[in-house]
Amino acid sequence: MSAIADVEIESAGALRADRQVARREMVRELLHSPAFLVGAFILFVWIVCAIFGSAIAPHDPYAQNLLGINKAPSSAHPFGTDQLGRDMLSRVIVGARDILTIAPLATLLGTVLGTAIGLAMGYFRGFVDDVLGRVVEAFLALPLIVTGVLAVAALGRSNAGLIVVIGIVFTPLIARTVRAAVLQEVHLDYIAAARLRGEGPLYIMFVEILPNVFAPIVVEFTVRLAYAIFTVLTLTFLGFGVQPPSPDWGLDIATNYGVVTAGYWWEVLFDALAIASLVVAVTLVSESIEGVLER
Amino acid sequence: MTAFILKRLGLALITLWVLSLIVFFAGQILPGDAGRAILGPLAAPSAVKALNHQLGVDKPVLEQYWNWITHFPGTSQQYQAPIGPILTSALGRSLKLAVFAFIIVVPLGIVGGVFAALKAGKPLDRTITVIGQSALTVPEFVSGIVLILIFSVWLGWLPVSATAPPGSGFFTSLKYLILPVIPLVLILFGYIARMARVGTIEALGSDYARTATLKGLPRGVMIRRHVLRNSLLPTITVVATQTGYLIGGLVVVEFLFRYQGIGLLTYNAANQKDFPMLEACVLTIGVIYMVVTLIADISFSLLNPRIRLKAAE
Repeated sequence: MSAIADVEIESAGALRADRQVARREMVRELLHSPAFLVGAFILFVWIVCAIFGSAIAPHDPYAQNLLGINKAPSSAHPFGTDQLGRDMLSRVIVGARDILTIAPLATLLGTVLGTAIGLAMGYFRGFVDDVLGRVVEAFLALPLIVTGVLAVAALGRSNAGLIVVIGIVFTPLIARTVRAAVLQEVHLDYIAAARLRGEGPLYIMFVEILPNVFAPIVVEFTVRLAYAIFTVLTLTFLGFGVQPPSPDWGLDIATNYGVVTAGYWWEVLFDALAIASLVVAVTLVSESIEGVLER
Repeated sequence: MTAFILKRLGLALITLWVLSLIVFFAGQILPGDAGRAILGPLAAPSAVKALNHQLGVDKPVLEQYWNWITHFPGTSQQYQAPIGPILTSALGRSLKLAVFAFIIVVPLGIVGGVFAALKAGKPLDRTITVIGQSALTVPEFVSGIVLILIFSVWLGWLPVSATAPPGSGFFTSLKYLILPVIPLVLILFGYIARMARVGTIEALGSDYARTATLKGLPRGVMIRRHVLRNSLLPTITVVATQTGYLIGGLVVVEFLFRYQGIGLLTYNAANQKDFPMLEACVLTIGVIYMVVTLIADISFSLLNPRIRLKAAE
């Protein structure tokens, strides 16, 4: 009896060591990928702007100067000023704050809920799976933007509402991925062993299965994060997200694009470039992580 | 085969029913006091009550749902007119935009994906993949605004609005649609190219491709006759599932270019809290997506002998 227990402990220890080696190798591989480094660097810059934006910004992003409206880029205002004379550079820097709060929180909410539901769908299958499967299909029939517009119209406009809506819309999508991963695991011997040991379903789902389906969940999180940024900015651009006078890239483009035809290109171009750089950075990071994890 | 089609149809109907419940819940139950939401906090209680009665939201939930379904699409709050004709003409305009986008992006995406696959791992492959992947994550309003800056403001080649003046000919109205179509094309290109690339790489590595090469077929003939025929099949399904992204993009693009399609109609309905119109638009969008994916699923199985035979067993 004790001999068998010894063997098991040893192999479990070896497994854990193997896993650590694999993880170290993954990190090394990521650090050697130029795509990951470029993406991570841009993302890092925007995160710094989101956290310390007000300290870095040369001017107060809210301060109006009605004597200096619609000024082209100059040494005093490198990105120019907007229709109220506010410094565009400061607004672009501080504008990282709201999007980098709302999108990650929404994605996290969707990932946590989706993982729980996906585990239940994959583990119990049968009726639970069928019912949730139909709900997932129904949600998938609607474009994310349309669902967002519908939900915001029904619930009213607020940042917290935006987080909840996007989180809930992501839930079935993430649940589907987790379910597929769980289905690959439930037939394996360690699940049967846990059942024979008399473990309950909750223990098996969260302690036994969850660690083994963690890789697809991480990939799903990074991919969804890019979608969340896309969706939050688009909803804000449509006027259903962050409200004025907050500095926000989508909102600033919405308020300023009417004057673009008058030649005030700097009032939208830098916001557009900021958005493009952020989404491309997140995509580069998520593609690299996906590439490394799925090998 | 009939059994397969019937089963898919049945599942689609159930999904449609669930979708109608979600839309009904979001449009009629979630807002709480719909009359108050529409009229604002300053309106007289009697007016709110009258509007609630007119909207039918003072009735029991089941009766409301029944009335909504049997009177679909109902009457618009903001136009005070039946939704049907407004929705149909908006759909027609959106269809024009969508068809234009697909005509450009489907060949472009397939050619891009196949070329990337033939040069897998080489710089051309990486360039196509990175461009496609980046284009796919940049929101339509961002690429749209940059395009407006370049082609309307700086170069002055193309109009800022998507709607041609009334009475203009086919090519003039096409010219007005060029700018709005490009953001949609950029988003769709990445997906289609990626699928075409994966399918082609898979087909290139298959046994039948090797047999074709070993029996001495020239590479061009082998690719045309054996690889493309198999690799492009899954792309059909992907093109269909992209309708969803396309409609999501239409909301933004039609708003940006002030084009009176279903996207702008949805936006205006949400903005004006015209819930009957909003529900009708959202449900219609869902139905379009489901019909397109269903057709794609069925035609995919009809074209693919492996699925066709398995279903026949």
